[in-house]
Amino acid sequence: MSGYNVVGQRVPKLDAAQKAMGRAEYIQDVRLPGMLFGKILYSRHAHARITAMDISKARALPGVHAVLTGKDIPSKMRMGFYKDNPPLKADKVCCFRDEIAAVAAVSEAVAKKAVSLIEVEYEPLPAVFDPEAAMEKNAPLVHEAHKSNVLKLPWKLHYGDVEAADKASAYVVEDRFTTTWVTHCCLSTSGAVALFDASDNLTVYSNTQIPSLAQKDFLETLGAMGLKGKRVRVIKPVIGGGFGSKLDTYAYEHIAILLAHKCRKPVKILFDRKEEFEATSTRQPTVIYIRQGCDKEGHLTFRDIRMVLDNGGRTSWGATTPSVMMMPITSLYRVPNVRYDAKCVYTNNTYAQAMRGYGNPQATFAIESCMDMLAQKAGIDPVAFRRINQNEPGDVTPQGFKITSCGLAQCIDAVEKELTQGRPLEEGEGIGYASLIHVGGGARIYKSDGCGAILKMDDYGRVDIFTGGTDMGQGLDNMIAQIVAEELGLLAEDINVVHTDTDVCPWDVGAHASRSTFVAGNAALWAARRAKQTLLAFGAKLFEVAPEDLVMENRTVSVKNDPEKTMPVDKLLRKAHFSPGGTMLMADYFYDPPNENMGKDFKCNLSVTYSFGVHGVRVHVDKETGKVTVKNYVAAHDVGRAINPMLLEGQVYGGVIMGLGYALSEEVMIKEGQIRNPNFRDYKLFTAKDAVPIKAPVIETHDPDGPFGAKGIGEPGCVPTAPAVANAIYQAVGVRIKDLPITPEKVLAAILKQSKGS
Amino acid sequence: MTKTISFILNGDEISCDIQDHWTLLHLLREELGLIGTKEGCGNGECGACTVIVDQLAVNSCLYLAADVQGKQVQTIEGLAVHTGSLHPIQQSFVDNGGIQCGFCTPGMIMSAKALLDKDPKADQEAVKHALAGNICRCTGYVQILDSVAAAGRQMAKNQGEGAAAAKDPGTITQQSMNKKAGEVIT
Repeated sequence: MSGYNVVGQRVPKLDAAQKAMGRAEYIQDVRLPGMLFGKILYSRHAHARITAMDISKARALPGVHAVLTGKDIPSKMRMGFYKDNPPLKADKVCCFRDEIAAVAAVSEAVAKKAVSLIEVEYEPLPAVFDPEAAMEKNAPLVHEAHKSNVLKLPWKLHYGDVEAADKASAYVVEDRFTTTWVTHCCLSTSGAVALFDASDNLTVYSNTQIPSLAQKDFLETLGAMGLKGKRVRVIKPVIGGGFGSKLDTYAYEHIAILLAHKCRKPVKILFDRKEEFEATSTRQPTVIYIRQGCDKEGHLTFRDIRMVLDNGGRTSWGATTPSVMMMPITSLYRVPNVRYDAKCVYTNNTYAQAMRGYGNPQATFAIESCMDMLAQKAGIDPVAFRRINQNEPGDVTPQGFKITSCGLAQCIDAVEKELTQGRPLEEGEGIGYASLIHVGGGARIYKSDGCGAILKMDDYGRVDIFTGGTDMGQGLDNMIAQIVAEELGLLAEDINVVHTDTDVCPWDVGAHASRSTFVAGNAALWAARRAKQTLLAFGAKLFEVAPEDLVMENRTVSVKNDPEKTMPVDKLLRKAHFSPGGTMLMADYFYDPPNENMGKDFKCNLSVTYSFGVHGVRVHVDKETGKVTVKNYVAAHDVGRAINPMLLEGQVYGGVIMGLGYALSEEVMIKEGQIRNPNFRDYKLFTAKDAVPIKAPVIETHDPDGPFGAKGIGEPGCVPTAPAVANAIYQAVGVRIKDLPITPEKVLAAILKQSKGS
Repeated sequence: MTKTISFILNGDEISCDIQDHWTLLHLLREELGLIGTKEGCGNGECGACTVIVDQLAVNSCLYLAADVQGKQVQTIEGLAVHTGSLHPIQQSFVDNGGIQCGFCTPGMIMSAKALLDKDPKADQEAVKHALAGNICRCTGYVQILDSVAAAGRQMAKNQGEGAAAAKDPGTITQQSMNKKAGEVIT
């Protein structure tokens, strides 16, 4: 037993009853007095000059309050870290997703009608849709001023001596893998409401994962609008799914701000599902060339990876995913010599953002598929091959990651045991494995990786804790409530977690990198410790004992070994409050983990600790149709400690099914820059009918730095899924599919090719 | 064209003026303020807008408001008004982790209810079939299927015990934990 009362309990999600009753308010449900509705006009071409635009008919439509075009955008206003994306484009469009005009009107219907009345003339330009073709000399330039389609980004590293290791290796394999566009498919579509007060201070309601960074982006927008020195408040309604999609600010948010300022009224922009598919970002597609070798005993000798990333027409966080891909490339298994070179290349396609795993699923697909290929070449069982190379506690990887707690070995054991005991393999069945490493103790991408927490206790023994972190459904509220309740001897339901408003919540870098339990959790824990210290000091005076002789448990403060001396927490709080020179119990903490920014050579200890996991899957492949059926799935994760096993399992199950979609069925189909399947009928998500039996063994390694020993688990569930499936298919029918998704067509074609060849 | 329709909404008879082209979803959300019914796609592909019309789960985004004339309509708001008296399906989703972001939840619960009202002992295949039109991106469905199965058991038990539904004493809920803690401080 853990010895804890609240940590480790399957406490239902704190907002679950509200959600079950339909009372949770999402961005769809935000309505403000006098609110107008905004609508955006998108490009009709993948690559074209805008030669003329006539907005007179739209402006003349009754009910229209404002029409904006690219010409109305302040010249300094650019979105995204690469600053190549004005919210409305004036002269040229680089992809179908480019926003070129926007309307605010009294209703959605009028706004929609007005947008349809805007007349645009284009002069189409030669376009390029293949990133490798876009690197060729005579390829059309997506951004002429950039002079090259290759982005100026530094994604290149070389540790050790790959060429010497290559020569010295006993076995070497190499191949090319590709991953395509998939998208988040949050059930709640995107939206924002912007409004200004009479002094030009701005409030934005937005379902963002990065309230503090969004505030900064919106302040920049105000600055570009000539409104320097004004305040920005970001309010988050209940978020209907994130998965990375809300990690950047989008054009619709900045357009809502511009429209609200022009109209002096609140303006809401809410996407419909088609727009959600067409105008939000995808996972970063990749072309991966991998070469990997080992010695006679099966020890990895080197890993050499070159990637081309389709950047699309604009730049969002997708272009920075190589920084995270470096993690599995340099640090998944012990591999002494590593080289990596990634190029992000402009095309006239859509562009990518963060998505659960942030590049890790793509890199791990190539690495772990290649691991099986290398094991086979070396004549070693795939599981034994992984054991030979597994990471261990105390390792320092070539990139400088310091592995502290590491349950990879236990994860391999757990998965193998689950999958191989009992029913033997039947005809057409195969078992595949793949492992993962991910940041589990924050990730120092920005100068600060911190999160603040402010805690206050009222006269009734209840806690309000204001966190910078964001709950978007993953359950951070519970993590914080259970951590604080445990520390203060309360129940989870005594803790009210507030994360909705930048006016009252402290700074946080955002809900990314599986960092919230670790970073926001540690901030909350330390704030609770400070509060406890104050309260116990007061209690010590009252009971005339030393503070360390007191315990907080079951909503009471008691003297150890003296059952007579005890007082309910609420009573003690009231005594503290209403004594002469009284005090209210408040505490704060800003936790910035002791991790490191990447150096010029990308060496650092990016995270305080790392999460590990192993997935194994038993599939059946129908040789007649190529259809792959998942029979059993086992996903074992080293989570440090499960703060709430039920919510933890939910993260794993959800991640696995998202990963299976990535492996088998999901694809944003883009032809000549245009999305052909912007709906749930043609974009193939797993449904309840496709649900598979999943087991999720939890390996607890009690990380020394995690809150109560916990590490991050938000993203890992979908990281090694695709290669596990690909490896299982190979074991089942002997064909290796290297391009995601692994559709029945691809499997069948490979089976037919194989039988022709034999 | 405007017309007046009468129907039973969550047990209450109501009468209202509608436009011919309005969907039931529009009527519920935009005109009647029942925001518990969600719009996830507007095309009948995600099930977030599921409500029950005369015992049948329907996508309210595809269902014309005019067609509910004389019918019984049940939305998520009709299941419970207090967290202490949740419908067994709602309680089960809460207790079994069937809810993450919650956007699919009202529709998911209404689809489950249409099934379990008819057959609380529905097997897992029947449950999967009933929920096939409700997309969830968060949970991977595992805990949703567990929630519906547990709710079915509870509803069958309640039926067996008649109208006086008793709570499963073996279920550990936050409420029961609270009660225990409440005893400590009083």
